[in-house]
This record gives sequence, C-alpha cells and structure tokens, in this order.
Amino acid sequence: MTVAIDRATGKRHGDRAPRPGRTGRLRRAYQKHWYAYAMIAPVAVVLGVLVLYPLVYGLYLTLTDANSLNTARTIGVNHIDATYKFIGLDNYQDILFGPTAYDRFWSHFLWTVLWTALCVALHYGIGLGLALLLNQKLRGRTFYRLVLVLPWAVPTFVTVFGWRFMLADGGIINAALDALHLPSPLWLEDTFWQRFAAIMVNTWCGVPFMMLSLLGGLQSIDTTLYEAAEMDGASAWQRFRYVTLPGLRSVSSTVVLLGIIWTFNQFAIIFLLFGNTAPDAQILVTWAYQLGFGQQPRDFAQSASYGILLLAILVVFTSFYRRWLNRNDQQLAI
Amino acid sequence: MSTTTAETSAPVTGRPAADTTRRRVRRRGERGPLATLASHGVLITASLIAFFPVAWLLFLSLGPGKDDYLHPGRIWHTMTLDNYTFVLEHTSFFDWLKSTLVVVAGTTVIGVVIAATTGYAVSRMRFPGYKKFMWLLLLTQMFPIAVLIVPMYQIMSDLGLIDTYLGLILINSTTTVPYCAWLLKGYFDTIPFEIDEAGRVDGLTPFGTFLRLILPLARPGLAVAAFYSFLTAFGEVAFASTFMLSDDKYTFAVGLQSFVSEHDAQRNLMAATAVLIAIPVSVFFYLVQKNLVTGLTAGGTKG
Repeated sequence: MTVAIDRATGKRHGDRAPRPGRTGRLRRAYQKHWYAYAMIAPVAVVLGVLVLYPLVYGLYLTLTDANSLNTARTIGVNHIDATYKFIGLDNYQDILFGPTAYDRFWSHFLWTVLWTALCVALHYGIGLGLALLLNQKLRGRTFYRLVLVLPWAVPTFVTVFGWRFMLADGGIINAALDALHLPSPLWLEDTFWQRFAAIMVNTWCGVPFMMLSLLGGLQSIDTTLYEAAEMDGASAWQRFRYVTLPGLRSVSSTVVLLGIIWTFNQFAIIFLLFGNTAPDAQILVTWAYQLGFGQQPRDFAQSASYGILLLAILVVFTSFYRRWLNRNDQQLAI
Repeated sequence: MSTTTAETSAPVTGRPAADTTRRRVRRRGERGPLATLASHGVLITASLIAFFPVAWLLFLSLGPGKDDYLHPGRIWHTMTLDNYTFVLEHTSFFDWLKSTLVVVAGTTVIGVVIAATTGYAVSRMRFPGYKKFMWLLLLTQMFPIAVLIVPMYQIMSDLGLIDTYLGLILINSTTTVPYCAWLLKGYFDTIPFEIDEAGRVDGLTPFGTFLRLILPLARPGLAVAAFYSFLTAFGEVAFASTFMLSDDKYTFAVGLQSFVSEHDAQRNLMAATAVLIAIPVSVFFYLVQKNLVTGLTAGGTKG
C-alpha cells in the first residue's frame, strides 16, 4: 500500500473521503445495499442449506464407494456406523471409461440427448403453431385454449397412467391400429417403441406450457409493427419471419432453455411409464435413480456421480447457450 | 401419431402460405373461409388429442373389472360408480389426501413467502453480486433430481426426517423457492418503477414500499408463484416415492402407484382414484389460469 502523506492535511491518501479504503468501501456498499441483501437473505439461506450443502455432500459421496451396505444405518435398535472409504475419482473413471461405460453411460447419454432434442423441438414447434392459431380472431378460441391446456392442468402422474392403459398391449391404441390393419407395436416392451411412446407422452404433456408462453409473447408484440409491415407490402410469411419471430426472441430463448433443462431432467414420465422394466429407454436421470434406489444393494456413490455428471453437462450447456445468446445480442428473460 | 407431426408443420408454414394466395384486399385480421376452416380443423384435432387420454381414464374408471381397459366395449353395459365408492371407503384415499394437502400447503407457503422479497430485490436493486445470484437461481433450475436425491437421503435419514412431511416440504422447497423468486422478479419488473419512487418520496423505506405498494399490486404474480409451487409439490414423484415409506403418509403421486406395483394390479380402482385426484386439481388450475400467461411470461415480454 502507498503511504504517501498529503502535505497540506497530514493525512494519508487512503483516508480521503472520496476514495475510502477497502473497509470503507465495504461499509458504504453495505449501507447502500443492505436492504437488498436483507431481502435476498431468505432465499440465499434456503439455497445454501438445502441445495449447496447437499451438493457438496453429494460431491464427497462420489469420491467414496458408498452403497446401502456400508453407509450408516439403523436396523431395529442397532445403529451401524458407516464403513465406506475414500476412493478418489474411481467412480467417474468407471462410469466414463470403465469396461461397461458404453452400455451404462454412453448409450444412455446418446438417448438422453436425442430425447431432449426431439422433445423440445416438438414442444416448441407444436406450441408455436397452436399459439399462432389461438392468437387470431377466431370463434371459440377461449374454449380451444381451455381444452388445449388440459394436459398441463391434470397432474403428470395421473395422465401417465392414463397413457399406460392406452398403450398397453390390447389397449385402445393397439385396438385402433388393429382395426385399421396397421401393425400394433409392443409400446411398453420393445425398446424402439418404448422410446417412441416416451417421446409421444412427453410431447403431449409439454406442449401446453410452450403454447401459453408463446401466446403471451405473441400478444405482447406491438400490433403497429404488423400494420407497418403490411403497409410496406410484406407477405404473411415475411411478417411471420421478420416481425413475429424477432418479437418472440426473448420469450423463445427462455422457454427453449427451460424446456431443454426440464426435458433433460424429466423424471416422472419415464419412471411412471416403464418403472424398472425398460433399461434401454431410461434417460440418464432415471438411470441414476435406478442405480441409487431401484436395485439392491443401492449404489449411492455411482448414483451421485451420475448426478454430478448430469449437472456438469447442463451447466456447460447453459453457459454456451448464454454466450451464444449474448453474441447475437439476445437476452434471456431473467 | 402422424397427426401430431401434421400439426407441427401446418400452423407454422401452412397458414401464412394459405394467406398469401388470397387477394390482398382483405383487411388485417381477416381470413378467407378456407383458412378459418383449416384453423378450426387443426385446433379441433389438437383439442381431441389433448382431451382424449383424460376422457379415456374417466371412461375406464366406470368399468367394474380390473382388466376392462383391454375390453372397453364391456364397460358400456356394466357402467357403475362402484370403483369410486370402494376407493373412498376401503382404501387410504383420505390419508393420502391429508398428506398431499399438508405437503402442498407447506411448500406453497414457504415458496411464496420466502421468494417474494427476493424477487423484489432482484427486480429493483442492483447490488454487488447481483449477476452471480441470478445465475445461482437459474442454476438451481438445472439440478437433476439425481444430484440431490442421494445426499438428501443421507442427510434426511441422519436427521430422522425420512417419512416425515417436513422432510418432503423442505425438499420440494429446493425447486420451488428459486423458481418462484425468478418468476416474481419477472412480475415485479412489469410494475412501473415510478410507483416505488413515489413511495420513496413519501418517506417509505424499501421494505415499506414493497409491503404497502408493490405487494398488493403483485397479487396475480403471487398467485402464479403459489400455483407453481402447488403443482410442483403435488406432482413430485421421485422424492415422494423414495422418502415416504408408510402407506398413510403417501402423497397421491406415490399412492396411485401402489395400485399397480402390487402383483394384483387393480387398474379399475386406480383409474377411479386418478379421476378423483385430477378433478379438483384441474378445477383449481382453471380458476388460476387466467393469471397464468401473464405471470409466466411477464419476465419474457419485458426483455
């Protein structure tokens, strides 16, 4: 630190009012911002205690060989202490490069990526189409909207069971296909059709959110823009391309990101549709759950490692996504 | 499902294309009868697809036999409400209802109360660390359940919170609190900043402004946040299936599975239970859905 003394006052530079020292700046920042910090404190505490602490703890578990046989547990009145030991990065090594890496991680990874891409594309495409239709002056559009929101209004765990009845061998879908003399696939048993069914059900469940969000976005586009475009002789396609799509950009980039994150992490649909019966239709999240809770002994360490890997994939993806948005002068609506 | 893919392309490319072939004399917002017909056609098809699985569940719930879902024709002749009376009288339905209500109410209250001030702070104040904090809120949206479920299981069992309502409420809060904060920020952004300034000029502290001026204006936003928490807690499957062990503490999401996870799958009872669960939730949904679009996209339309 400089110790220059101001000749006139005899005070050191650091003490001068306009340039307070580090503690002074902190105090001023505190005085200016303490309201903000007080207001975000509850959420910060919740995140710290309920999210970050378990995350760190989980990170530690991934460096051990913890499973349900060697963790601390209580059987009756006997308490058995944990006996798992630290094994470093072996879990990650095993998952990513071990002898069964392709069967267990990479094949599920590829399927998860495909699942996410297809589902979000379908959600967005169908959602945008329906939103455009609902945004015109049309008789009964409130009614249509109410019905179209139904898949979202009914809890997923309820409708998935409805789908299971429909997709069962001999259920209504196969009966209908039979009646049309079309082949009736084993939706819930054959791997390809399991995946097909999962995408279909997830699309059905996810469209309403996209539709409503994009409808909100459409309604917020200034109508004078359309009038101006029309004055300039823009065709309907040009109006869609140069007014509607740019107008939806911020909503789109947000809901697509949310859609990708949610679909990547979609647990309930695959878990409830197949249970433990479809090892090849499991996405990474349900697969990780199965390792940790769907088998005996429960492999806590590997399950947690999958979790950390999943989170890493998403964080990297989101960072790139945001950087890409920034390069294109777009912003997330956050 | 060829209909699904047909829908995708039809509205996006089909409609504007259909418009251009029409003469330009029509005023804006007017379409030819063909375009209107096509719109109705697509919307009706989509509505049927949206409606059918739910209607089918309702229909199956009226059939008395547990394999009736394979022979829907039989149901027409034997339609009965027996499944419903059986579910209400002889299963743990009301226990599940109680647990679900406790968990949902707890999560909703925590989600909204804790998130409200934060949403306001990040909407109005630019404090050091703001960006990092927003990033953290977004980050928690990315947590796959697989990240938290193992450590949470260990921590909760250490604390004796497995199979308790409190445990499940706390776990649900990990997703609802940050999302509500984010959502409310979007809503607060739409409330004019001049209102805050007026409040400050009149001598209110930031807390006072928030409590007396902004909060009453933000009721629709709070409703959406509450609704979102409600839905999340209600539909949460993974943690509830893993952490709730005793039958009388199951939430609906777990209880419903218990009909089929047994060897003797009672699909008719399950369908009836599913309908009993779905009806009140859907009714609630439609009551609040008016605020939904604004609430969910408030942040989006601002940027």
